[in-house]
Amino acid sequence: MIYTLIPLLPLLAFIINILFGRDYIRDKAHLIAVPAVAGSFLLSLVAFAGVLKGEVINVNVYSWIVSGDFNVSIGFLIDQLTAIMLMVVTSISTLIFIYSIGYMHGDKGYYRFFAYLSLFVFSMLILVMANNFLLLYFGWEAVGLCSYFLIGYWYEKKSAANAGKKAFIVNRFGDFGFGLGVILIFLTFGSLDYMTVFSGADSVLGQTINLFGYEVDTITLICLLLFCGAVGKSAQMPLHVWLPDAMEGPTPVSALIHAATMVTAGVFMVARSNPLFSLSATAMNTVAVVGGVTAIFAATIALVQKDIKRVIAYSTVSQLGYMFLALGVGAYSAGIFHLYTHAYFKALLFLGSGSVIHALHHAKHDDEQNMEKMGGLKKYMPVTYWVFIIATLSITGIPGLAGFFSKDEILWRAYLGGDLGKFLWFLGVAAAVLTAFYSWRLIYLTFHGSYRGDPEQEHHIHESPKVITVPLIILAVGAVAAGWVGIPPVILEHADRIGEFLAPVLGHPHGHGTHLEEWLVIAVSVAVAVIGWLVAMFMYIKKTDLPEKIASLFKPIYNLLFNKYWIDELYDKIFVQPVLKASDRIVLAFFDAKIIEGVVNGIPALIGGFSKKLRNVQTGFLSNYGLAMAIGALCIIGVFIFMR
Amino acid sequence: MVPLNWYIILSAIMFSIGVVGFLARRNLIIMFISIELMLNSVNISLVAYSHYLQSLRGQILVFFIITVAAAEAAIGLAIIIAFYKNNPTIKVDEINLLKG
Repeated sequence: MIYTLIPLLPLLAFIINILFGRDYIRDKAHLIAVPAVAGSFLLSLVAFAGVLKGEVINVNVYSWIVSGDFNVSIGFLIDQLTAIMLMVVTSISTLIFIYSIGYMHGDKGYYRFFAYLSLFVFSMLILVMANNFLLLYFGWEAVGLCSYFLIGYWYEKKSAANAGKKAFIVNRFGDFGFGLGVILIFLTFGSLDYMTVFSGADSVLGQTINLFGYEVDTITLICLLLFCGAVGKSAQMPLHVWLPDAMEGPTPVSALIHAATMVTAGVFMVARSNPLFSLSATAMNTVAVVGGVTAIFAATIALVQKDIKRVIAYSTVSQLGYMFLALGVGAYSAGIFHLYTHAYFKALLFLGSGSVIHALHHAKHDDEQNMEKMGGLKKYMPVTYWVFIIATLSITGIPGLAGFFSKDEILWRAYLGGDLGKFLWFLGVAAAVLTAFYSWRLIYLTFHGSYRGDPEQEHHIHESPKVITVPLIILAVGAVAAGWVGIPPVILEHADRIGEFLAPVLGHPHGHGTHLEEWLVIAVSVAVAVIGWLVAMFMYIKKTDLPEKIASLFKPIYNLLFNKYWIDELYDKIFVQPVLKASDRIVLAFFDAKIIEGVVNGIPALIGGFSKKLRNVQTGFLSNYGLAMAIGALCIIGVFIFMR
Repeated sequence: MVPLNWYIILSAIMFSIGVVGFLARRNLIIMFISIELMLNSVNISLVAYSHYLQSLRGQILVFFIITVAAAEAAIGLAIIIAFYKNNPTIKVDEINLLKG
């Protein structure tokens, strides 16, 4: 099957670059990686066109594990959901690969960067194309591994190495649950194939499982365990701590992995498993509440952060919360729609901030990510400025742009979701105000006003090269137009193409409201977006001393937000320190020093002592050897004579 | 005619002299001669049995032993000379470089 090449091309690029990159390819690594991922993109286009015509592909290409009743194949399912994911992953990857040519130019690990990036694309494509849970799990772990490689890409920097470790370990918590969920699926359904599991989902409804003496609904347990994995991978509360730290990686990595694709794997997985989730109200409510709470929680932190990339990182966490909110209220297609539009405007925001960092880096700015040291960059970097404006209009939900349609769809579906839904809608609206505020704050601090860094550097600042700005402009087109495939019926009849397209996989959302209500919901979300914008403008353009005053007036709240609710410190106290102490005192002092070293040193000591005794036999005197030979010969003769 | 027993006894006496010489003497050359003595005592018994049994096998074996003994003497003496050049002694008590 030709579509097998979609994941294989990036894998090939990875193999070539990692084997020959250091010695032969070096700074030409992009000549291998970019065509490979562009080829995947073209093939994905073909696959997408096929799915549009209605041909859903589900083939097993290789029998992976056969062991008794346990059969797993390497097989691909390309249906409507996968087709959309393929388009998002390959199109954004291609743009970011091109952008990286400029951004990573001259880095000494250039080939390594492209190798890992290709490996990541391969893993992500396996994840979205898998037709069974084990292959999904493989892709899931592999993207985590690539994320670790790339966060710690500048491994000489201690903070980057630590951030990589943190991301990997935090994800492990989620993946533990996910792994158990996959095992439980096999125990319940006797198969890991999507089709078998989803078609058999109804038959296990009401079945319970005994867990520590409690009877637990099997489907609910499976869903919650799977959701554990999603919480880790998609950086939801309480496992969100790794994502902001992941910003230590190069900016293209942040854009591709930690904004547009990998972190949405959790959303994809829940949407993929929608036949299971739909059967468990408990699991759905959990998903929705975690999503809603994360959306507002992360948005509050983003209000006061100073690092340009961290603001966008918390914004990502918040937007992922929106997606889970949508999934939790049963509006799967709205969640996937937001995933798809978010990929464009968030990649744009990250790559735009990368362009800023790139420019400041070349101007020898020593604190190149701190927004307090920026300002007034508008006149030096017009392209970056305008794409930033477009992305911000899109993320804040200004009508007509991509973010508006998807966010509005989520809020409307939440509004229809009963009492809990109304509450979540309120959270979503509150988060929208904050989103508008912090997004515009970022623009005003970075691009408006006057330059607050060293005046010496100011005239070194200039617009980034074409290889960086062209991908930005293409993404900006996406950030404007991506939403036009999902215009709600109340605005334009029969224009919700994406909802209809995804309906065979994800179904139609429930609940109906009047047109008046829907217009009101739209009006409220637009109003809060504008309010957030105006407040930001007032505070950062008109009265620039106001933020300082407010910060000192509400010192405790400011500190709480600025220190990210002290969650990192809390985890450090509860989990990290006890583990470190325990390893120090038990593992290192007892197990390692006594048992491991005891065995390792004991055996040689025993053998050495024995050989020392044995060595005395070798006297070096020829006559002793001769005597030994004579005695030996006598013994042999004795044996022959007397033993007959 | 000399009976077979006599040859065998002669062979045994010569072999014993060889063994004792090899174990008791400390001069390398003497020890070497003792080894030759042992080999030749075996040759005597082989030839005696060959005649007694009217079979040529024993005599063929003797040719092999003489060849081996000649080669051994050549190599052994060469080693002794080479050793003597570095370390002017042929007393085995003073030669214990291979002590463990």
